[in-house]
Amino acid sequence: MRYYTTMTALAVLFLFPLVWSGWSSLADPGDYLEMARYGEGLATYAANSVLVSAITVAGTLVVSALGGYAFARFDFPGKNLLFLVTLAILMVPYATILIPLYVLLGYLGLQNSPVGLALVFVMFQLPFALFMMRNAFEAVPRELEEAALVDGCATFQAFRRILLHAVRPGLITVGLFAFLASWNDFFAPLILLNDGADFTLPVAVVSMTQHTFGAVDYGMLQAGVMVMALPCLILFVLLQRYYVRGFMSGALRG
Amino acid sequence: MTVTITRPTGTCGAAAPSWWRGRKAMGWLYAAPTALIVGVLFVAPLILVVWMSLNRWPLLGGATFNAPDNYVDIADNRLFRDAVGFTLKYTVITTVLLSAVALGLALLVQERRPGVGFFRTAFFLPGAVGFAAASLLFYGMLNNDFGPIDPMLRALGITSEPVKWIGTPNMALFSTITLVLWRFAGFNMLILLTGLQSIPVEVYEAARCDGATRRQIFRRITLPLLRPTIALMLILSITGSLLAFDQFFIFTNGGPDNSTVSMVMVIYRQAFFRFDLGGAAALSAVLLVALVALNVVQMKVLRRSP
Repeated sequence: MRYYTTMTALAVLFLFPLVWSGWSSLADPGDYLEMARYGEGLATYAANSVLVSAITVAGTLVVSALGGYAFARFDFPGKNLLFLVTLAILMVPYATILIPLYVLLGYLGLQNSPVGLALVFVMFQLPFALFMMRNAFEAVPRELEEAALVDGCATFQAFRRILLHAVRPGLITVGLFAFLASWNDFFAPLILLNDGADFTLPVAVVSMTQHTFGAVDYGMLQAGVMVMALPCLILFVLLQRYYVRGFMSGALRG
Repeated sequence: MTVTITRPTGTCGAAAPSWWRGRKAMGWLYAAPTALIVGVLFVAPLILVVWMSLNRWPLLGGATFNAPDNYVDIADNRLFRDAVGFTLKYTVITTVLLSAVALGLALLVQERRPGVGFFRTAFFLPGAVGFAAASLLFYGMLNNDFGPIDPMLRALGITSEPVKWIGTPNMALFSTITLVLWRFAGFNMLILLTGLQSIPVEVYEAARCDGATRRQIFRRITLPLLRPTIALMLILSITGSLLAFDQFFIFTNGGPDNSTVSMVMVIYRQAFFRFDLGGAAALSAVLLVALVALNVVQMKVLRRSP
């Protein structure tokens, strides 16, 4: 009995902030979709976030599926080097290459652009995604691929029609973590986006707290927190299996 | 013909037939997007950060070579010196507390009994929320006028006036660490739980047959067998804490009086408050080398553990 008393107290401690945030975000629902500082709704920033996340997820899936297949099934010059350099992304602290990335995206005309930001997220996701997809393709029996080729599929068709189905759990895990990273990240959009109208949700809501004029609308702030948190909480509940699998293979750092 | 193409790699001799060369080209084709992203967005910025650190590189305007001024300036940068000390202090306190809390939680939810799944989920749930969102949540929750904590403490008679949650250097650090514990304890608990569950039940049974007490079992069996998992948790916590940014930028904004400015925050301020990208690049390069070295050491330690 004492066990359950302790556990319940702890659970209340951990759940209280979430419950309070949800409650206070609804305390004044009239302002729910309006942010005083920019005169634009949370919806605008949510749309920016959705756009960046969509490009990140799509990009990560395409690049890592193709790359994972290459590393699992082909032998080509420079293969080991490319794999090592990709994994080295994990060794380099993410915060230390954002300043040069800011300059570099300027050269490429992608500064202050959702596409540029998403490509940076794809790069940061690649070590995990490529590792995950290589293992997924290696686990597919070669016979499956050979059967498709015997049936007259070209290599790419075999890849698209047969193999992609076989590695679907891997793709879901990779997509899930690409979404979480791009949806929640604060530092990269803070540096790479300058224009308030392009801000993703975390940057937009944080800038609400840092402006020097006028009072902070705390109800709105928690509304922002909830709009950021709810998709993640829902995904966690729906995809718990992939979640645990992903971070056991090293998806989340720090 | 199509069947030959799928023959497993490594079976061919020194003289590669033409289909084999084709297969190499195919491999490159599939790997090309990876190579492009890694080359342009990872290798190029790595080179650029070194080049930038050797130049006077204002936020706007042209760059001029000035090596090694940016590195010399780091020695005079008081904000950075203080930030190094503060970040190390924060890293030590956070890592110790986080490991202790996570281990406690993991031991509490280790055994299968009714309701334990709910408790695991409850402890992990804050980890599903993004860190920026979690920092904003605490920013509101610990606000004296709007947040619920102050009125609750007053109602319980614990305090009689508003608590300065982020008003003094020590309180700001304490509040931030509370936020980090709330957000990451469940995540670390889950890491430890997988380690705990990989210890075979037979080992425990054998120990119990030999008459070992609970305490002995924990010290002689659980802790040693958990060492690799604990090492992994420590590495994640140390690396993450040394690179702390979100919590201090969002929750304390470096205050009061720059007492909670982390190393990464100094890089950000150097670049976008002092408009000095060259200086920021030099700071980045120093931090990068230090952390890569630390990672190498940590990986060696991790590999040596049984």
